[in-house]
Amino acid sequence: MLTTESPAKDADTLQVAIWRGGTEGRFQTYRVPASANQTVLDVVTWVQRYLEPALAYRFACRVGMCGSCAMTVNGRPRWTCRTHVAKVARAGRIEIAPLAKLPIVKDLVVDMTIFFEKWQRARGAFVPTATRHQPTAKVAPHSPGRRAVDAGIECINCAVCYAACDVVTWRPDYLGPAALNRAWTLLNDERDGDPDGIIAAVSDDAGCHNCHSHQSCTEHCPKQLNPTAAIAGLKRASLMALLKGGRP
Amino acid sequence: MSTRLYLLQRMSAMVLAPLVLIHLAVILLAVQDGLSAAEILGRTRGSLLWGGFYGLFVVAASVHGPIGLRTVIREMTPWRGRALDLTMALFGLLLLGLGLRAVAALVLP
Repeated sequence: MLTTESPAKDADTLQVAIWRGGTEGRFQTYRVPASANQTVLDVVTWVQRYLEPALAYRFACRVGMCGSCAMTVNGRPRWTCRTHVAKVARAGRIEIAPLAKLPIVKDLVVDMTIFFEKWQRARGAFVPTATRHQPTAKVAPHSPGRRAVDAGIECINCAVCYAACDVVTWRPDYLGPAALNRAWTLLNDERDGDPDGIIAAVSDDAGCHNCHSHQSCTEHCPKQLNPTAAIAGLKRASLMALLKGGRP
Repeated sequence: MSTRLYLLQRMSAMVLAPLVLIHLAVILLAVQDGLSAAEILGRTRGSLLWGGFYGLFVVAASVHGPIGLRTVIREMTPWRGRALDLTMALFGLLLLGLGLRAVAALVLP
């Protein structure tokens, strides 16, 4: 373990600064053996296994499906299990911090309660129009609604977009790109029974109209989704609802 | 409320965009031709066209400005709520009053 900022000694060693503690914590530097095809999550795991057993971090699938391992790597939110060290290391150094804009629990673990509460507030829960005893709904694969759902449905809830969003920084109550992207997929889901409820939820004071279209969410999304386009769709839908005499 | 403000903001922007360009072009032309204030007033006084042009400009600006300023204040300061909304509404009325007064001075004989 290193406590100074001396440069990495050779090409086989990475110098890794990892956030330790809570909000009032600090970076601690470790020396980690470099290897081919190493991911940032591999590095964190190595530190936890061999140097710092008390290091707290979160992961599950390790293959970019579960969305639990997002962290701030060299100042940028990333999914660490699919981020190769070779892509992000600068002169053999990496800085790993917890995801921004969410309360730190310990070390690299953040409390994601508010993130998921916002999914609920954006009417992110499906409202069924049929029961399991009825036939499965037939949704035409090439219908405009189904295509819009396809474009946004692969979200893994990693909160990278949320951490990258400037509006969340300025307006901590803003619903954020992930929750609004979810609302957009439900609004386009012809099986959902309460589209008016979605429009009302995303049109409130903390809703879609706060988006400045900076596109940081789209730039950072590890799944290459486009939440900015989804939010633009919600803005259009809310305008149409208003013009048709709705209640947004 | 959010959707209504959003609609007003976008519609006033659509009105303002061409008006600002025309306004700037008119300034450049007037300066290049070396028109005096009296000569400019001679062309604008009694003109329905210029009265309508700048009247629309003032109305659009007094709708657009306070909505944008409200957003900036809500993002950059902790100020929220009814007091802010009321202040911004008064700011809009102030812009409208001052603007229409200027238009009146431009077009009324």
